Amino acid sequence: MTAKYLSQPIKRLEDKYLLTGNARYVDDIEVPGVLHAAFLRSDYAHAKINKIDVSEARKRPGVVAVFTAEDFGDFWKPGPLQVPPPTAIAGSKFNARTIVPIAKDKIRYSGEALAVVIAESRYIAEDAFDDIIVDVEPLPAVIDLEKAWEDTSVLVHDDLPSNMAALVSQEVGNYEEAKKNADVVVSKRMLVEHVAGAAMENRGFVAKWDEQDQQMTIWANTQSPLTVRGSVARNLGLAESQVRVITPYIGGGFGPKVMTSLSDDVLIPWIAKKLNRPIKWTEDRRENFLATTSERDQIHHCEIALKKDGTILGFKDVFYHNTGAYDSYGMTVPLNTQTHTISNYRVPNFYTEIRMVFTNTMVVTPVRGAGRSEGVFVMERMIDFAAKKLGMDPTELRLKNLLTAEEMPHKTGIIGQDFVANVLDSGDYLDNYQKCLKAVDYEKFRKEIQPKARKEGKRLGIGVVAFTEGTAVGPYEGCKVTISTNGKVTMATGYSTQGQGHQTVFAQIIADQLNVKVEDVKVITGDTGSFAWGAGTFASRGATLVGTASYLAAQKVRAKIFATASKAFGVPEDEIELGEGFVFVKGKPENKITLGDLAIKANPMRGVVEPGVEPGLEATAYYGPPHGATGSGALAVIVSVDPETYKVKVERFVMVDDCGTIINPLILDGQIDGGVSMGIGNTLYEKMVYDENGQMLTASFMDYLMPQATDMPKKIEIIHQHNKSPLNPLGIKGIGEAGAIPPGPAICQALEDAFSEIPLEILESNLNPSIIYDYVKKARNS
Amino acid sequence: MKPVNFDYYAPTSVEEALDTLAELGYNGKVLAGGQSLIAAMNFRMARPGALVDLNNIPELSYIKPTPEGGLAIGTMTRVYAVEHSPEVAKRFPLLPEVAKFIAHPQIRRRGTFGGAIAHADPAGQLPSISMVMNMKCLIKGKGKEDRWVDAPDLIIGPFMTVIEPDEMLAEVVINPLPARTGARYEQVSRQNGGYAQAAVASIVTLDEKDNCKDVRMILMGVGELPILSTKASEILVGNKPTTEAIEAVAEEAAASEIDPATDLHGTAEYRRSITRVLIVRSLTEAFARAEKGG
Repeated sequence: MTAKYLSQPIKRLEDKYLLTGNARYVDDIEVPGVLHAAFLRSDYAHAKINKIDVSEARKRPGVVAVFTAEDFGDFWKPGPLQVPPPTAIAGSKFNARTIVPIAKDKIRYSGEALAVVIAESRYIAEDAFDDIIVDVEPLPAVIDLEKAWEDTSVLVHDDLPSNMAALVSQEVGNYEEAKKNADVVVSKRMLVEHVAGAAMENRGFVAKWDEQDQQMTIWANTQSPLTVRGSVARNLGLAESQVRVITPYIGGGFGPKVMTSLSDDVLIPWIAKKLNRPIKWTEDRRENFLATTSERDQIHHCEIALKKDGTILGFKDVFYHNTGAYDSYGMTVPLNTQTHTISNYRVPNFYTEIRMVFTNTMVVTPVRGAGRSEGVFVMERMIDFAAKKLGMDPTELRLKNLLTAEEMPHKTGIIGQDFVANVLDSGDYLDNYQKCLKAVDYEKFRKEIQPKARKEGKRLGIGVVAFTEGTAVGPYEGCKVTISTNGKVTMATGYSTQGQGHQTVFAQIIADQLNVKVEDVKVITGDTGSFAWGAGTFASRGATLVGTASYLAAQKVRAKIFATASKAFGVPEDEIELGEGFVFVKGKPENKITLGDLAIKANPMRGVVEPGVEPGLEATAYYGPPHGATGSGALAVIVSVDPETYKVKVERFVMVDDCGTIINPLILDGQIDGGVSMGIGNTLYEKMVYDENGQMLTASFMDYLMPQATDMPKKIEIIHQHNKSPLNPLGIKGIGEAGAIPPGPAICQALEDAFSEIPLEILESNLNPSIIYDYVKKARNS
Repeated sequence: MKPVNFDYYAPTSVEEALDTLAELGYNGKVLAGGQSLIAAMNFRMARPGALVDLNNIPELSYIKPTPEGGLAIGTMTRVYAVEHSPEVAKRFPLLPEVAKFIAHPQIRRRGTFGGAIAHADPAGQLPSISMVMNMKCLIKGKGKEDRWVDAPDLIIGPFMTVIEPDEMLAEVVINPLPARTGARYEQVSRQNGGYAQAAVASIVTLDEKDNCKDVRMILMGVGELPILSTKASEILVGNKPTTEAIEAVAEEAAASEIDPATDLHGTAEYRRSITRVLIVRSLTEAFARAEKGG
């Protein structure tokens, strides 16, 4: 096998469209006769609906129809459980209360849809909001996670005895027993706060019903086109083959776009069919903040038990996880938190308990980091607190407890989002950390740089943390690879792409197998008319699952090339040689058949074929791993803090990452850079805030602050490790979330280090200079 | 997030613009760079019945020296043009220094100098700077005599000015600064290019004995409106601008002249604390510059 393209930093094939403004997005789709939808959304977080009067809105010129829950009749029903809870965890409790397409009887979060207006333009549809009279009886909002858990709380779902959405405990070893042997025990309560996915492109949905063909065509920027196809078909009583979902270019996903059964994808196809008119809906930024999904928002009660020498004996974590008003996405996020809390270190005794709680806030589903960030945050913070109590350097304590290559594969025993007990498949976490210390020159910083800066009145601090990133979970993905009669290759997958560079990396893998030019491989992503199997884009699984399926399908096509050529030349297969775009008999390169001509031969129009022969130079393959592949790494940051204004600047950012085989180093670094901006953003800029009445105070970029290019560190230094995953033939592990995971705990550690003379303890994930000011003041006064 | 229906006018001369504004009365609203107004309209927080777009009137964009040695800036001059004008840099280096804090280059390419002042956003940099520099604002209206208003008198509330609906801000004049004058802008914001959590601009003049002859200092982001400090002149004028004197200004101004609010991005206490810091930094550097000749 040649590897002309694998691991090469080739430029992204999709960029000629994306960077020149020529990529087509959902909102660019023009369908003749289209009408525009707009959702009137609730200003109340929690209220009983008395009446929604839309009669005046219906009379407004340009308004075609207005629907409330009542108008959907029997079609209105709570949506499916998109992700079921794992049955493997004994004794776990889960109350499914799935998203309703539009509020009926009761409003459960601010931003929930109350009515949908269909009009000749979006402008008119929004004008009609002024005509709608919403008569509700406000109820107290359930916001505080710990109070919501109490039996005395107001209920989000009146038919449940409490706001408990789930209660799941897992234990390996016996924490309480282990604690008895501990020299040091540290307990803390920590917050990991709420953030948005905030993709550059908001969501969008266009539905067109063809009454003659009885076909529904949908353009959507979903991360999960096959889930959308399935649910639309089921909702409307159609066969899956009657629904085609096309995902055009998508401007970022980051998790929330995986969620389906929201108002748009449930109601718009029904309305398009009923009115027999195409309908377009483009989400605006305010709706995205209020009513798409978002993540984090946990409160942890952690305890760590250690020997004096720093050996970790056990860890205990009881945490509240906000699921929002509904829990259609199951427990993916808190399960990720459970698996990632202990996945870096030898922790022989671990007790973890999820208290997943309903509140009057938007629905919580994965956002890049997706529970991993939370688990890593609390473990890394607890190690820092333990190190202080032990009087050890925080790096020393980590070096003592990090897992090594010899311990791989390592079974943590904690069941994760893929419903199987977590196995760390590969990597050398200790080596990651040591390389990181060396790259940032920890010793020099401690001995020279920091003391010198301190003398000049400057506050510098360093933080070095470890992390893992569970990726590439099942169930499966697949693709079909076809060599056309023009000699070019097409690959089609149900996987949808949001800018990750899939059209390049899959092409690289296939081009190597078929010995064609990478630009001659066209990758079609997320069009159910081209390929109709797969689960969706989440958990950094594209490169590993679809990449492996690409490899397997291309190998099958390669076998077909040799078989077809052998027959054409009348020689055994081992005498056939595959050149770039053609085949020939070894030693006779002057007599060649192009792959295009071979594709014609592989599809005979008359005569007979041998039993078992499948036509065309085409093959389909699927790949599903037994469990996820776990990436890992370490991060060192050096921050400076203005001692008077508490503004924080990241001076150095050194990241070690192990994602096994690198398919494309250029794309890999881009993925890390993007993740890092999210990680730094979450830590120093972003925070989604609800007030006690359930009003979101951060529903625009005026208040929800994203880091901008000018806020990012000048340089992100990246060191790659190459410990291949044994789970798939190319040895790939995912990387999409790595950058977002470790910045929080690293920056917190560095801030505490910058004020090392005072007992500064940062117990929350999302900071700003004013919060740091308060922490420092409290520490100085203590 | 689509604006309500509005009429749109695109006059090509000042005269035509004033005619249109007079006709529209309270229904009309001037559109300059649109960097604030359009967003407010998309949120439906602003619902003007008609926009009078000044972007097709080239005669409103200029930077020209005045006979007194100052500068006259046409209302539609882009912030970016002010930021990069050698004429401006030579006379008023404070302006390009401030401009770099106003959002990002893309926004400064669209946003206008006069538009930002007339918008009177208390969190905006240019209304405050117009006040501390005591800029002279030319207001025109159909059938009215041209009138000149000092910037501190122009702004009467958040997003409120003395400009009538049938009038427009046409030109801003900045008078020359005396010799031995120095200025400095200091700001803390969460993002680079973001809103100031607190900011201070100072303009100071030294006499021949190195005593403070004059000081103008504005505190922004820490009250309903930008605040022109009186403590600064009380303490400093006639005296040496020593470290102690500057610190006394910072203490007193931060204690009694401002009324910061607690919001998502910081507590009142934090804002008060950084105001004190920024006053010291701003005055110290302004005096250092004045000593070097400005």
